[in-house]
Amino acid sequence: MKTNYLMLHTITRVVSFIILSFSIFLFFAGHNNPGGGFIGGLMTASALLLLYVSFDIKKIRKVIPFNYPVIIAVGLLITIITGLNSLLFGDPFLTQYFEYYNVPILGEIELTTALPFDLGIYLVVVAIALLIILTIAEDDS
Amino acid sequence: MLQTVTTIVLIMMSISIFICFIRVVKGPTMSDRVVALDTIGINLIGFIGILMIIQKTVAYSEVILVIAIIAFIGSIAFAKFIEGGVVLDRDRR
Repeated sequence: MKTNYLMLHTITRVVSFIILSFSIFLFFAGHNNPGGGFIGGLMTASALLLLYVSFDIKKIRKVIPFNYPVIIAVGLLITIITGLNSLLFGDPFLTQYFEYYNVPILGEIELTTALPFDLGIYLVVVAIALLIILTIAEDDS
Repeated sequence: MLQTVTTIVLIMMSISIFICFIRVVKGPTMSDRVVALDTIGINLIGFIGILMIIQKTVAYSEVILVIAIIAFIGSIAFAKFIEGGVVLDRDRR
């Protein structure tokens, strides 16, 4: 019997974008509120996993042509460079700096060096979660 | 007043989660277990909502959303497993 996935495809096209926007919110809410790179990365991975479950692997490979091991390496590089940045100013490794700036539309915002560090963690978590799941799933047949 | 009501509701929801857990353990078919797991997730969402009312905070709202998303994706994966036997199919014609 050939199964029909019309409802699953229709729901996935809406819900995956809701989950992606929620993951971006969680990513920028980090280091003062609950949130941050790790849980944001897990939410992005679950949104992409919903796409993989709903459609098939070959089709999503064509839509999202990322090489996940390269993304892990790039994320680790960003994290290490952010940590080494503080050595230039004579502070210990991984010291964080923050400064308040006045931006015309947004008002006063806080810029920290913890944000690029979180970006590296985000990339590593997304790529590792999807790489592990896809490697296990491709094992059969 | 509100304190008493929320305490009673918390006790009733824990009994409900326990009953769903019994259904997960001894459910005769696979579909019963999947529906019971989904109901446990929904009960957890209500549980955390009442906890937010008791503590007068909104700090747990992200937790509720994350649990809802994880339970949704888990239910879809289980449903596809029951329907076709594979969760991630390689090439669909």
